[in-house]
Amino acid sequence: MTTVEEGKAHVGFGRMLRKEDARFLRGKGNYVDDIRLPGMLHGAVLRSPHAHARIRSIDTSAAEAHPKVKAVVTGATLESLNLAWIPSLSHDVVAVLATDKVRFQGQEVAFVVAEDRYSARDALELIDVDYEVLPPVVDAKRALDPDAPVIRDDIEGKKDNYIFDWEAGDKAVCDDVFAKADVVVSQDMLYPRVHPAPMETCGAVAWMDPIDQKLTIWSTTQAPHAHRTLYALVAGLPEHKLRVVSPDIGGGFGNKVGIYPGYVLAIVGSILTKAPVKWMEDRSENLMSTSFARDYHMRGEIAATREGKILGLRVDVLADHGAFNNTAQPTKFPAGFFHVFTGSYDLAAAHCHVRGVYTNKAPGGVAYACSFRVTEAVYLVERMVDRLAQELGVDPAELRMKNLLRPDQFPHVTPTGWEYDSGEYPRALQLAMDIAGYDELRREQAEKRARGELMGIGISFFTETVGAGPKRHMDILGLGMADGCEVRVHPTGKAVVRLSVQSQGQGHETTFAQIVSEVTGIPAEDIDVVHGDTDNTPFGLGTYGSRSTPVSGAAAAVASRRIVDKARLIAAAMLECAPEDLEWERGSFHVKGDPSASKTIQEVALASHGPMELPEGVEGHLDASCVYDPPNLTYPFGAYICVVDVDPGTGKVDVRRFIAVDDCGPRINPMIVEGQVHGGLADGVGMALMEAIAFDEDGNNLGASFMDYLIPTSLECPSWETGETVTPSPHHPLGLKGVGESATVGSPPAVVNAVIDALAPFGVKHADMPLTPAQVWRAMNGSPMRTDLAIQ
Amino acid sequence: MRIEMTVNGKPMAAEAEGRTLLVHFLRDTLGLTGTHWGCDTTNCGVCVVWLDGKPVKSCTVLAAMADGHEVRTVEGLEGPDGLDPVQEGFMRKHGLQCGFCTPGMMMTTRWLLDHNPDPSETEIREAISGQICRCTGYENIVRAVRWAAEHPQGADESEGVTA
Repeated sequence: MTTVEEGKAHVGFGRMLRKEDARFLRGKGNYVDDIRLPGMLHGAVLRSPHAHARIRSIDTSAAEAHPKVKAVVTGATLESLNLAWIPSLSHDVVAVLATDKVRFQGQEVAFVVAEDRYSARDALELIDVDYEVLPPVVDAKRALDPDAPVIRDDIEGKKDNYIFDWEAGDKAVCDDVFAKADVVVSQDMLYPRVHPAPMETCGAVAWMDPIDQKLTIWSTTQAPHAHRTLYALVAGLPEHKLRVVSPDIGGGFGNKVGIYPGYVLAIVGSILTKAPVKWMEDRSENLMSTSFARDYHMRGEIAATREGKILGLRVDVLADHGAFNNTAQPTKFPAGFFHVFTGSYDLAAAHCHVRGVYTNKAPGGVAYACSFRVTEAVYLVERMVDRLAQELGVDPAELRMKNLLRPDQFPHVTPTGWEYDSGEYPRALQLAMDIAGYDELRREQAEKRARGELMGIGISFFTETVGAGPKRHMDILGLGMADGCEVRVHPTGKAVVRLSVQSQGQGHETTFAQIVSEVTGIPAEDIDVVHGDTDNTPFGLGTYGSRSTPVSGAAAAVASRRIVDKARLIAAAMLECAPEDLEWERGSFHVKGDPSASKTIQEVALASHGPMELPEGVEGHLDASCVYDPPNLTYPFGAYICVVDVDPGTGKVDVRRFIAVDDCGPRINPMIVEGQVHGGLADGVGMALMEAIAFDEDGNNLGASFMDYLIPTSLECPSWETGETVTPSPHHPLGLKGVGESATVGSPPAVVNAVIDALAPFGVKHADMPLTPAQVWRAMNGSPMRTDLAIQ
Repeated sequence: MRIEMTVNGKPMAAEAEGRTLLVHFLRDTLGLTGTHWGCDTTNCGVCVVWLDGKPVKSCTVLAAMADGHEVRTVEGLEGPDGLDPVQEGFMRKHGLQCGFCTPGMMMTTRWLLDHNPDPSETEIREAISGQICRCTGYENIVRAVRWAAEHPQGADESEGVTA
């Protein structure tokens, strides 16, 4: 398939159609569930119906007698292999199969391997588990009560459900600022438990080749190299005999970062049966057991002068981590990057205190394009700024404009220690207001209010915190967050790029070819991108937290520059001049003052493989690699405006318009960036209005299917209006900042602020997400409900 | 039981249990993995195929119900002259990212355009509203469908792909 205008090569950044689309459009993608190996067996997981119960016994004899069953695995089997528990991503352990107790509904209890997927499921029903049901901890606010049932009695001496306390910022300074402030506004708010729910659920195919003892795992992973190392460390398998392949992935959004019990069980199944074993979860399993996101109960306080100068922010958080602390996080940050909650404003002081607790719910917490909890932070600060505007009786746009960091304040160190690299915030907000026609919208709103109609305008300004991260500060289980890239130019001038990161739909096969093209001048069509296979790519920690472009993209740029540097030496030898006498015009060198004496990068590539004697110290061939340890994070930002209409009779919210101005530095491929923004905006509408996983008093998951966990369709989404400003990152080699999660992070508060604004005539100050018709109706009538529990 | 059906114009036959879902029969038995499986409740639509010329969610049809009938899947969209305009529209307007919902979206789109060659944005949004996309926010899918509507013969020669 051609991806360019006839006869015109595509060099560097700019709109370019995607290389990967050729297979997707024809139904020829290769997702995990598409993999079929000779003799492949199928696994299925028996899951707990209870939130909290002791396992008295498990009888698997009837399942084992099923004619198509090849193996039945229980926690006891795994204990004998020392695999019943595996390390979590947060210095805890996670049960692969429950041995002593089940701790959340949907937890893995047994695994059946059978000849086909239906028989495996049949056999699950033949397993008899005798449970002693225990009282569950469902309400996070009751988890630390003295009489709360202890969930983690597997941890020696554990007498409560406490996980951690963590603070950031100077409390004394902050308290002092608050004591002297004219105005202090406080607000309790919940960022409910939500789920990334990628369209492809999680799964794996494992094949332990009995002859060469090599284990290959095709799995839905966003971090294949990290998985390989963890499998090696946990199971004691030699790492050179492990290959993790992340083939085409049907969406990740953070759902596919961790190692799930199902992956381990597929491996165990393959070892036991000496056959390839596929495990693919269904949708309910995905929603009930894999990484949820958020679940932050927050109390925010904002201090300001009477004139509207914001002085400080204080936050207290109760973080519901579920039954195991398995939050994906850079090691030193138990609350992720939550302490970036000062947002985009110039504050004198800030302090946060986060307390993590266990509950009888699935583990997770950091997922759903959250940038390690920047989502919660942005929601907190953007709701608090709106609450302050409400109390002061000022326009929320005006209040933001007054307090946004100014361009001359960058680089800016926040009160909690983040060093923002660059930003031009007022320009972005002004552009969003211009696109929206802000003043006209306010006039329309006033007219409608006079008629009793409910229209709301909501603003959100966010600063993202992505590209984790500098090795001196950030690692995951001891693995530093640096990423590699290898570029090899073939003799004919075509190239292959090998990445440590991989795509779950972001389009790496196109954008990374464009990055290398931007630097080397080799047309992007001539560059193939290899990713998602640990045997064929350099080590790195994978794709999440919008880190591909800031980290691996930087590695690709640096490796490409090394190619050009080497090519200069070879071109100088070819042209019999000094290297410094050459001028580089993307794609070719020429002698200064003599444009006719030139060599293209393709000619140099051929010469580098040829018989010509290369200059002293220059090795043959044209390739280079880089392992990039970012000096700092990058800080994309944006200004979002949402316009809603609320039906006063039913409480139904209609998102009429959504304006998104994003600044992610230069755009590698504007088409792809815009697509990423659109997707994140839909996430925001979903979380603000529809999506939540709540629980009943018995710990039953009330969002365990797409009939209960509602995701926006084409009808809930407006036609997005986008704009851009460009503020390059001063430390990324190409100024790039990353954009994958910006819209998911930035959009929920814009929607909520709009709805609360619409409800101003009712005196509504806050209501928790999701703002379903029932929740809005209750808010209008004075009593918004808790959205984490079915019990009120 | 033996199940026979015409898939993308070709007669196919295979043994399957009576309970086998059409989506699994297509994927696991016939090896046509372009049709995907995304939920258990007929909500997501990544499994949409045509049964006797109408889009159906193949997770909610038994293979046995398609016995003797005609099925069309994403693998049957491309014609001898190249991509269907719907496929081309999705490519040109970036109507896909991870590609998982794309086959179902395109099958619905083809049916929509066969029955309503010039759909409005509202009609497009209604037509695809039984299907979920987690990546695109639907905007570029709507644009892709409009592109296909405006180019029933595909792109003409003068139109570069970067346009």
